Amino acid sequence: MSILVDSNTRLLVQGITGSSGAFHARGCMEYGTNVVAGVTPGKGGQLFDGKVPVFDTVYEARQQTGCNATMIFVPAPFAGDAILEAVDAGVELVVCITEGIPVMDMMRVKTALTGKKSRLIGPNCPGIITPGQCKIGIMPGYIHKPGKIGVISRSGTLTYEAVWQLTQRGFGQSTCIGIGGDPINGTSHLDAVKLFSEDPGTKALIIIGEIGGTAEEEAAVWIKGHYDKPVAAFIAGATAPPGRRMGHAGAIVSGGKGTAAGKMEALREAGIAIADTPATMGETLIKNLRH
Amino acid sequence: MNIHEYQAKQLFGRFNIATPKGAPAETPEEAERIAAGFNTSKLVVKAQIHAGGRGKGTFDTGFKGGVKLCSTPAEARELAEKMLGHTLVTHQTGPAGKTVRKVLVAESVDIAREVYFAILMDRSTGSPVVVASTEGGVEIEKVAEEHPDKIIRELVHPLLGFQPFQALKLARQLDFKRDQLKAASKLFCNVFKLFVSLDCSLVEINPLVVTPEGVVYALDAKFNFDDNALYRHKDILEMRDIQEEDPREVEASRFGLNYIGLEGDIACLVNGAGLAMATMDIIKYAGGEPANFLDVGGGASEEQVTEAFKILVADKNVKAILVNIFGGIMRCDVIAQGIINAVKAVSLPVPLVVRLEGTNVDLGKKLLQDSRLPIQAATDLSEAAKLVVAAAKKV
Repeated sequence: MSILVDSNTRLLVQGITGSSGAFHARGCMEYGTNVVAGVTPGKGGQLFDGKVPVFDTVYEARQQTGCNATMIFVPAPFAGDAILEAVDAGVELVVCITEGIPVMDMMRVKTALTGKKSRLIGPNCPGIITPGQCKIGIMPGYIHKPGKIGVISRSGTLTYEAVWQLTQRGFGQSTCIGIGGDPINGTSHLDAVKLFSEDPGTKALIIIGEIGGTAEEEAAVWIKGHYDKPVAAFIAGATAPPGRRMGHAGAIVSGGKGTAAGKMEALREAGIAIADTPATMGETLIKNLRH
Repeated sequence: MNIHEYQAKQLFGRFNIATPKGAPAETPEEAERIAAGFNTSKLVVKAQIHAGGRGKGTFDTGFKGGVKLCSTPAEARELAEKMLGHTLVTHQTGPAGKTVRKVLVAESVDIAREVYFAILMDRSTGSPVVVASTEGGVEIEKVAEEHPDKIIRELVHPLLGFQPFQALKLARQLDFKRDQLKAASKLFCNVFKLFVSLDCSLVEINPLVVTPEGVVYALDAKFNFDDNALYRHKDILEMRDIQEEDPREVEASRFGLNYIGLEGDIACLVNGAGLAMATMDIIKYAGGEPANFLDVGGGASEEQVTEAFKILVADKNVKAILVNIFGGIMRCDVIAQGIINAVKAVSLPVPLVVRLEGTNVDLGKKLLQDSRLPIQAATDLSEAAKLVVAAAKKV
């Protein structure tokens, strides 16, 4: 079992003819993802790699291929519009890989998503993978293994680290979801935890967070009241210099939250096992499974 | 990106935000001319550097104070002479201090009351939020700690923006009355316009002052801009003052590398921001101190890796280097070749520990081995951290 993506996923790639869009579209296809369409305005009618039809708009791609997920590789200045286009066309899952979208753009996009049936993952994220079934994103497929552990993370390579630790010890993953490192994103830690809680195939969770914001704390509070399967977590940035990423008044608004120590405390409070270092993320969860 | 006080004043001018008259000067003569133009006996000369605590700072000449009041253009000229070209040390500059290249000559105003006003992006609600307090002129963190009830928060709708009624409500909460009420509300609305138009992540006005005559002024401001949006603000990019920045960071940004200099002695080179932060954490956990944060990104080229390595090696504080790569898009052989090229170009003055994992890992390891460079290979992250900390302590 899994969340959001599986062998029934029909993927569209927005920006499929660009260099990274093309490279990762191929990576997903090699992994076995069913890539049914691409979109690049002005290139409608072409075939990508001789088999994937390219359309000018997401609307046409949706009408003609029934794609139910999209992977966005559109450059940052145009990515907000690309997300809105996918939502307007009714694509159920929108995964935005693009890095560097202005915060004001995401603020408006996020507001426009309210009440829509589409779910946005990202931006600035590695994507989502259900091992053995469907990969949408830029993660190396081979480090994953089908199984029962859900992984939620803000970061790309740090997620690979956790996944690899699990796989090496023989523990597979149900779905791994990278929610992205931007301050405003489509799916939060809490949203992802809730999705996993409804999946009978997921028996345990690893949550990877980092300093800034309060998303990890919010997930922790919900877990305490609603989720009784084993959860392990790691928070990156305990040694990051304060003030370099968050502004002067940022600490005020979050009321002292947002530090690594504060987040770990909130997670511990919720009964979540904390990994002391990034090298022990997998081991920390596995120990908890045996108890 | 940071800007100078005189540049903040220019932005205020563009958005009709009331602030005392002032202009930058690069020479004492210019300072005198500007002061003469104001036709007042209340003047202030302020050293322009990217650091706080200027008023209490000391110059390398022994002259005290980077913010000085005076009453004649001739005095303004004298003060400018004592500041320009000299190094100012404050509690934020470090012992090396910063060279003053410009001074701001401005009208000084008498202050009857000071308040705090800021707008920033609130991540948890995904919308701007206004933070204000009647306790202006002091550090807001202190106010939040000692009098949390004196912090006022007003959320702004992401699509509607800051509404006039909200400005009025805030002005009342900040105890503005009669004529001041309108002036303060108008100022708040204009600051919000500036915040959105220039893609700011923070605009902090501290203090916002009321003069004994009842005039409302934004006296000092701190701006943070969203780096992601700078591509559409060429005018703001032009305000960047590279001479104020850490030369290591300037060099890194030339090659598209994400680098932040720190105080420790163990340098690290990592792909991905999350893993880079986690690598700093594990160095600390193993008993060391990271010298930097360096994310070479997901798709770095051989050349970028070489340049990144050169920046690390050039840092005289560094006693050992840890390379930690989990190759996804990034191929381990590219990293390995980049390191080999760099070591050949600049030689290797300190021990180097490398941990490679992911795409093309075997090829990468073989390249390093065949290079016969004195590299310690680590199989996992915790071994890598232990090795590098031990190596740094031996030096």
